[in-house]
Amino acid sequence: MGVLSSIGQLARDAAARFTQPLLPDDLLGTLNPLWSTTQPHARVVGLHRETADTTTLLLRPGVRRPVHRAGQFVGVGVQVNGVWQWRTYSVTSRPGDEHLAVTVTAVPGGAVSGLLAHRTPVGALVRIGPPAGEFVLPEPTPEKLLFLAAGSGITPIMGMLRELHSTRPETLDGAVVVHCDRTPADLVFGLELRAMAASTGMRLVERHTALEGRLTGDALTDDVPDWTARQAWACGPAGLLDALTEQWDRHGDPDALHIERFTPPTLAADGATGGRVAFTTSGIDADAAPGEPLMAAGEAAGALLPSGCRMGICHTCVGTLRSGAVRDLRTGDLYDTPGESVRTCVSGAAGDVEIEL
Amino acid sequence: MTATLDTPRTTTRAKKAPARRELPTTAQVFDPAVPSPPSAAAHLSEAQVAELAKELDAIRAEVVANLGEKDAAYIRRIIKLQRGLEIGGRGALLFSLLPPAWIAGTAALTAAKILDNMELGHNILHGQWDWMRDEKIHSTTWEWDHASPSASWQKSHNYEHHTFTNVRGKDRDLGYAIMRITPEQEWKPADLIQPLTNVVLSLIFEWGIAIYDVELEKVQAGIKPWDEAKAELMTLWRKARKQLAKDYILFPLLSGPGFVPTALANLTANTLRNVWSHAVIFCGHFPDGTETFDEDRLEGETQGQWYVRQMLGSANLTGGKLFHLMTGNLSHQIEHHLFPDVPSNHYARIAPKVQEICERYGLPYTAGSLPKQYSKVVRKIVRLAFPGGA
Repeated sequence: MGVLSSIGQLARDAAARFTQPLLPDDLLGTLNPLWSTTQPHARVVGLHRETADTTTLLLRPGVRRPVHRAGQFVGVGVQVNGVWQWRTYSVTSRPGDEHLAVTVTAVPGGAVSGLLAHRTPVGALVRIGPPAGEFVLPEPTPEKLLFLAAGSGITPIMGMLRELHSTRPETLDGAVVVHCDRTPADLVFGLELRAMAASTGMRLVERHTALEGRLTGDALTDDVPDWTARQAWACGPAGLLDALTEQWDRHGDPDALHIERFTPPTLAADGATGGRVAFTTSGIDADAAPGEPLMAAGEAAGALLPSGCRMGICHTCVGTLRSGAVRDLRTGDLYDTPGESVRTCVSGAAGDVEIEL
Repeated sequence: MTATLDTPRTTTRAKKAPARRELPTTAQVFDPAVPSPPSAAAHLSEAQVAELAKELDAIRAEVVANLGEKDAAYIRRIIKLQRGLEIGGRGALLFSLLPPAWIAGTAALTAAKILDNMELGHNILHGQWDWMRDEKIHSTTWEWDHASPSASWQKSHNYEHHTFTNVRGKDRDLGYAIMRITPEQEWKPADLIQPLTNVVLSLIFEWGIAIYDVELEKVQAGIKPWDEAKAELMTLWRKARKQLAKDYILFPLLSGPGFVPTALANLTANTLRNVWSHAVIFCGHFPDGTETFDEDRLEGETQGQWYVRQMLGSANLTGGKLFHLMTGNLSHQIEHHLFPDVPSNHYARIAPKVQEICERYGLPYTAGSLPKQYSKVVRKIVRLAFPGGA
């Protein structure tokens, strides 16, 4: 492999002398976006309508196929009015599947989720970012598993369940999945989960919140009496995750609860007074208003910044702080050590800042 | 719509702002005794100029608010066309021993180089397409098929020329530091050869621009340290040698026995591109009817006065759609100078509105065909080779 890859590198270097100042990849990407390795694309080859507002997109990646672990998410980029917009979605297919599946729920007023869930036809091209995320199962698989999902929070869990079902179905025997949504019709992957439960001995608890109310600590104890004995993976709205965190902190082992937040955090301007942000690599200066993320200020000033989830999860947007101080707009934590990495999507300026981006 | 563009005054930002010189100065000497003709905007009151600024701001706001999918598709289409022409042209030149292949290949490559430099490079490097947030089509990442590295170009062009357009002593593009293009500039005997200089510059324009960006005349005048110029020359050489190797060694080698015809074809394409871009660019600010300005004017210049200076200092070229495309829409020099970061595919549409504003405010809107305008430029260059000319 080593010899082959160095020959490949030599060939690319040689080709670059003919294509300079462009890269061979630029020309390949112009001929067919799926051939680009620097801007990986994927073609939509299938659509599954899961519920009225949720669609699974089956994607066939181009030459650069992202390799993910079950439970991770990928960035998906689409053009909205000519502007590239990126969001992160959990991969619901298995790592070994032919196609990469993402399952998208249209958020009211969401420009990207609405486009992907309702107005993306088969044959469309989207861009794909590298998979990331720590919401994955450890090796070896824990014996007693508990999965808690609400709404589209089932998506990373579905990725895990499908992988387990396919490679180690015995681990699902005795596992519990609590899946909450308004009505049975809203329950994403309802049919498949019921079939999976029937074939493996997994217990599926469907909670229809329109009738039974939201999942609380007490309700959990009723549904899953032995929850303290289990390793738990939970994903859903912030309110649910906050309640679960409190429940595990009080009555269980906090280390046994693994959560994935997929909703934009509430940003507070406390202490993030705003200021002049100098992006040292591009040489662009921007004025950040109090409470405004550095990324938003930079983009408004025309800077091209790395971006991913835009909610502080994926670390795509980190830049090195050179001088000044920033505040995490979710937690209020202050970062003022030069050389520190800061996430521009959730950090606000606390005075004038220099950042290497 | 999330597209955001800076205001016209701040988009002329340089990637690397000059460290020591806040305002650039040229090394040209001007004779204060030479009277400048009265400005064509002398009749406008301050209030009228402010009103005019509002009208122009509104034109810009309308374009920016409606940028979208069609525009993104436009620039991608031009990129595809350019790359297709380049691949096709260089492909045909592999068989450059066959005269039809030589002619077709040279023609396609010339068109590709013109599109690369003018409609793509110049406009993308102005940040006209930054709003798409495409990291490949962005003013901070784009590199062009040109000897000058894009960062050097952005400093001399986007910042200096677009900020100080036609201000004598500030805008080095007035005569490009080697010609006397305004009668206010002191005559010196060396100016006698400038008609010849112009012809030579036209043939090697790419290299003229690349060397021009290093500001050697300022080094000579002691305004710029030699070390700085030397570092810039090295940066230039690092890029230029790759450009030279590609056109004059690598692709000729690929042609095997057609080495010499291919090298000549590439030389022809580069030269035709040079002559064409030189003609278009010289018609932007030098024809009769364009004004130059005294440095004092910059003191407290308002947005409206800046707009007026851009309009009076620029001239358009008339022609069809293909002509506008091949000039990189620099044929709409007036619109480009008013809104340097507005995507070039909108200039043709807003031109009648700008012209109407000029008429209403009694301002000249200079425009003519390329042969007509270029002959005026040549006439001026010849006249100013000799003393006087005011």
